[in-house]
Amino acid sequence: MKNQVPTVITLVAGLFCLIGFFVPHPAIRTLYDDIQQWVIVIVGATYVLGVANLLRINLGQLSARSRDWPFKLVLLAGMIGTAVVGFSEGTHYLDPPSKFTWIYNTFYSSMSATMFSLLAFFIASAAFRAFRIRSFEALLLAIAAFILMIGRVPIGNAIHPVIPAAADWLMEVPQNAAKRGILIGAALGVMATGIRLILGMERTYGGRGAGGTS
Amino acid sequence: MSPGLESLKRLDRRWIFLAVGLLVVVPLAVGIHIAPVTPSPRARGFYDAIEKVPRGSTVLLAGDYDPSTVAENYPMHLAAARHLMSRDIKIIGLALYPGGPPLTDQVLRLAAAEYGKKEGIDYVNLGYKAGNELVMSQMGSSIPRTFPVDRRGVPIDQIPIMKGIQNYANFPLLVSISAGYPGTKEWVQQVVSRYHLPMVAGVTAVSAPEYYPYLQTGQLRGLLGGMAGGAEYEVLVKHPALATRGMDAQSLAHIFIAFMILLGNLAFLGEDRSRRR
Repeated sequence: MKNQVPTVITLVAGLFCLIGFFVPHPAIRTLYDDIQQWVIVIVGATYVLGVANLLRINLGQLSARSRDWPFKLVLLAGMIGTAVVGFSEGTHYLDPPSKFTWIYNTFYSSMSATMFSLLAFFIASAAFRAFRIRSFEALLLAIAAFILMIGRVPIGNAIHPVIPAAADWLMEVPQNAAKRGILIGAALGVMATGIRLILGMERTYGGRGAGGTS
Repeated sequence: MSPGLESLKRLDRRWIFLAVGLLVVVPLAVGIHIAPVTPSPRARGFYDAIEKVPRGSTVLLAGDYDPSTVAENYPMHLAAARHLMSRDIKIIGLALYPGGPPLTDQVLRLAAAEYGKKEGIDYVNLGYKAGNELVMSQMGSSIPRTFPVDRRGVPIDQIPIMKGIQNYANFPLLVSISAGYPGTKEWVQQVVSRYHLPMVAGVTAVSAPEYYPYLQTGQLRGLLGGMAGGAEYEVLVKHPALATRGMDAQSLAHIFIAFMILLGNLAFLGEDRSRRR
């Protein structure tokens, strides 16, 4: 019973959503839309669960003065502070000059952009230390990388118009062929997994004791 | 191995960091002009698709990114909003990234101030909605049901621009500015393939290769890849701005990385030879 009920629910819901995707008849469409709305509400509710979990774990570590506890403090202060400011400003939280916008631009925006920008430094360092041309394949990869790196920026065209043309060819022919193969393969994999889920052959959603795959 | 190559092998990576920092900061601060930006056919496709939208129409502008990719996505987002508003095309903005609505708001506000457009009449920001592809799919049935209020909390039926907007059939074009999931790929899968809505996209450089198959099949009419794509588009709309200014820094950084690969291989060449012996 514990295994069969979730399997039947998955079968019915899965088949219905599959039919709903292709059949625009109002009788099906209305219920299909309602199910989607329920899922959107559930997804929204998971955010509350996420915040509660974050609070539970970090407050526990903070009270136990575990390793890196000051970072937990910063995390909790940032989260609670931003939420309090956001809720206090209500629907005007983005109207300038709101306090929420100030927090967003000063802290969140700057720190997020910084994290991503660090990539440039580490890529340059990795290019020096890790990109060894030791085989014919590595040589091909290096040549492609050079063409793309130079051809994708204006200086490539200034050096010679053939460089951006070669970069375009690399992207549109060999890269595209590989990407298309990956996409088709992934799509087939998703379809197979979907069918296995609907037919109850894949029951990892059941958690412990559900049997996993069968 | 020669002492020169030996010392190169032991090069402190902080020197590399310093060089990258200087190569990025100096061109941005001084504004040197290394080479002109030449628009690619992909950027031209993006531009042409917007040019073909009749004046007075309403376009859906999805800003699915957050501050981590602001350097790449924000310039193209702003350029697209400017282009649309300059042609008197109304914009319905939204974000499927939790950190996205403030950026959409900023972009629409900036462009509106330049072209004298009013919120609610010429543009609206519907804000963020959790649910990823489900939100896209749900919008195909009813946008007012999916977004009952805009990001200010104003009911959709009280917003003039939303009058008569029901679903994707009311848009001539979808513009997706995206950093990953959910983004351009999901818009293609959920909306273009199902509702046949013409679409253009602006994406991060690292994710751009993923969208070439969609570009080749015509599911995407145009594609802006990274800051370079943004700069090409800024040239086309004749409004050089953030992306164009960043091109010199990016050019120098790319050349430096290519140089580092060569230098790294040179430094370790002797070591490989001695190992083989």
